[in-house]
Amino acid sequence: MSERPSLTALARTFNQIALASFGGGLSAWSREILVVKKQWMEDGEFLSAVTMCRILPGANQINLAVFVGVKFRGIPGALAAVFGLTLVPVLIVLALAYFYFQFHQVPAVAGILKGAAAAAVALTLSMVFKTGKKCLVGLVPLLLFLAVFLMNGIFRWPLLACLSLLAPLALAWAWPKKLKP
Amino acid sequence: MNLKTLLQLFLLFSSLSILSIGGGNTVLPEMHRKTVDDHGWLTDKQFADVFAISQAAPGPSILIVTMIGYKAAGVPGALLATIAMMLPAGILVYLVSRVWARAKDSPARKAIEKGFAPLTVGLILASAWIMSKAADQSWQAYLLTGVCTLIFCATKINPLIVVATAGVIGWLGWL
Repeated sequence: MSERPSLTALARTFNQIALASFGGGLSAWSREILVVKKQWMEDGEFLSAVTMCRILPGANQINLAVFVGVKFRGIPGALAAVFGLTLVPVLIVLALAYFYFQFHQVPAVAGILKGAAAAAVALTLSMVFKTGKKCLVGLVPLLLFLAVFLMNGIFRWPLLACLSLLAPLALAWAWPKKLKP
Repeated sequence: MNLKTLLQLFLLFSSLSILSIGGGNTVLPEMHRKTVDDHGWLTDKQFADVFAISQAAPGPSILIVTMIGYKAAGVPGALLATIAMMLPAGILVYLVSRVWARAKDSPARKAIEKGFAPLTVGLILASAWIMSKAADQSWQAYLLTGVCTLIFCATKINPLIVVATAGVIGWLGWL
């Protein structure tokens, strides 16, 4: 990791993430910018932060902004990151809400969104390949990966049900084996 | 300005914030029940439309509450609903991340970082799957997803350029 980012850098970076995610794929964009481009955190820390932010109540991406903001700059950092993530999107959504409730129409961008969504799915898939290459080595992690995909993605079990089954197995597998000093 | 509505907005969304374990989408049914059936702030159709808009707009999809707040009580309602939806959960994340930072070298944190990685990658694949299903992709759209995935994995082209190009392809009506 390079230097501790400033409050402005935190706000600007999360604003960048928010605006890039037109059509979806916020998690993939977060990794693209926080891990690859800015190198503020490594994949291991990023992935565990993502899962913690999913388990805790609240919108995942806002939670991640709080988490990253606190890590570098405490409470002011969290506020800066959340502000950066939400300010412009809130203004956009307000404009859309005004337009929608005034004219009773969804702005005609359906085609553009279809294309952007196809690419956002692709960015999310490429994140699976890139992070999977590093952590899906060996039989146990591969099985954990497949099990959680089936349960949550195909069978649509709630997240908590999946994790209460699989997290203990994952922790038992990953617990450091060496004796403590 | 209607203070009672503002108070209702604040109480409703701050309680939904704490209940939304697993992400904002998990409380959508409850949000629908309260805002459409109980308070009558918007109709069934409007709820479905603002949901679609909030999914597509840039930024967190939880900003559906901004639109609901706007419909219920104008711009102050929109801002209050947004803050109410973020604050309680945000405080909890703050507390957890403090503990997390203090546990830097503990075996528990090492086990979580190593053990949760394969689970997170699986959950991300699940969300790609669900996004693709929700977008109701045609075979052309699947093809586009495939090509874009190859580009993202094999090249260093800025993803924004790829997403924008895909948007243009969709705009031309090829999907």
